[in-house]
Amino acid sequence: MEQLVSLAVKAIFVENMALAFFLGMCTFLAVSKKIGTAIGLGISVTLVQAITVPANNLILTYLLAPGALAWAGFPDVDLTFLGLISYIGVIAAMVQILEMILDKYFPPLYNALGVFLPLITVNCAILGGSLFMVERDYNLAEASVYGVSSGLGWALAITAMAGVREKLKYSDIPDGLQGLGITFITAGLMAMAFMSFSGVNL
Amino acid sequence: MAQTYRSMLVDPMVDNNPITLQVLGVCSALAVTSSLQVAAVMALAVTLVTAFSSMFISALRSQIPSSIRIIVQMIIIASLVIVVDQALKAYAYEISKTLSVFVGLIITNCIVMGRAEAFAMKNPPVASFIDGIGNGMGYGLILLLVGFIRELFGSGSLFGITILPTVNNGGWYVPNGLLLLPPSAFFVIGLLIWGFRSWKPEQVEDREYRIQVVEAH
Repeated sequence: MEQLVSLAVKAIFVENMALAFFLGMCTFLAVSKKIGTAIGLGISVTLVQAITVPANNLILTYLLAPGALAWAGFPDVDLTFLGLISYIGVIAAMVQILEMILDKYFPPLYNALGVFLPLITVNCAILGGSLFMVERDYNLAEASVYGVSSGLGWALAITAMAGVREKLKYSDIPDGLQGLGITFITAGLMAMAFMSFSGVNL
Repeated sequence: MAQTYRSMLVDPMVDNNPITLQVLGVCSALAVTSSLQVAAVMALAVTLVTAFSSMFISALRSQIPSSIRIIVQMIIIASLVIVVDQALKAYAYEISKTLSVFVGLIITNCIVMGRAEAFAMKNPPVASFIDGIGNGMGYGLILLLVGFIRELFGSGSLFGITILPTVNNGGWYVPNGLLLLPPSAFFVIGLLIWGFRSWKPEQVEDREYRIQVVEAH
């Protein structure tokens, strides 16, 4: 239990998806102009991440890992090279299913998320979460915790960024730095702030 | 055809650079640039994947039904990335360890998808291939520039060969440790964008708000 809590804290603050590994940067920079949309996107990323990381973990353990097909009578088969294509398939399918469920049962949330939901398929934070899960050999419990907390970390980062940018647009910035340039530098300062969490050990 | 092959190749380098202007593929540009060698391998991998995925998608463009085109594109891109990943594991194992998940993340690199969607779906295979190479090289250019700055000033070497002998090894150069840490990538790219836009003022974005000086009476 303790280990899971420490994993969650680490995934949210120390190894923040957006600011320490630069994952999901394209959306992070493009959709962080308003706090409202940033929160909506953050919630959808957390939701999708919480579903896909454990799902990909199950696929890895029961279908792809060396010897995983023993239950079907193929103990020598190693399908790990199919990993990338299966994970992205699972992610695309999950996003599609989530979209249909939200549309049917929670229309207000569906309307609020709007175009962000399909866009999440190509958000590298999602695929990155699954790949980190594979690389670090998480079991199902760890994968579930990691999925939720890395999503939360990303949501936290984009919301904070949107907050900064809402104020930033009133400031007098040199012409060449306008827009993208100053956003990068702001993100750099935020990343430095997040680095101060790196001493936290639970 | 309005665009010549040469302009397709050269335009994405400066005038329409995928990273500094189109904001595509930023994730990996930041993460893999702490040493020049890794940056070079990544640039090559992305260029190859972009070029070939654009070519294949363009060759299939009239067969792909538009409702499932994203999934078809994804599958083509993912297959190419698997080839790159396996090749790296076989011939450059050390580098593939350093790149870790970022090779896999080429799949979701927006440059690849962006070019497939914006160019390859409307143009013939050869043009798409060249467009892919051009955009991959525009991306690689930024990657190499950032990698050059970060490795030279962060650890005093280029491609692992010492250029500025550091104090720890009995030299004179005090390395700037910040440049090896993640935040520095943001600063370097931010400043590069500033440089690019001062050189090409037409790339400057419009302000949302202007500060006006009001005369006091």
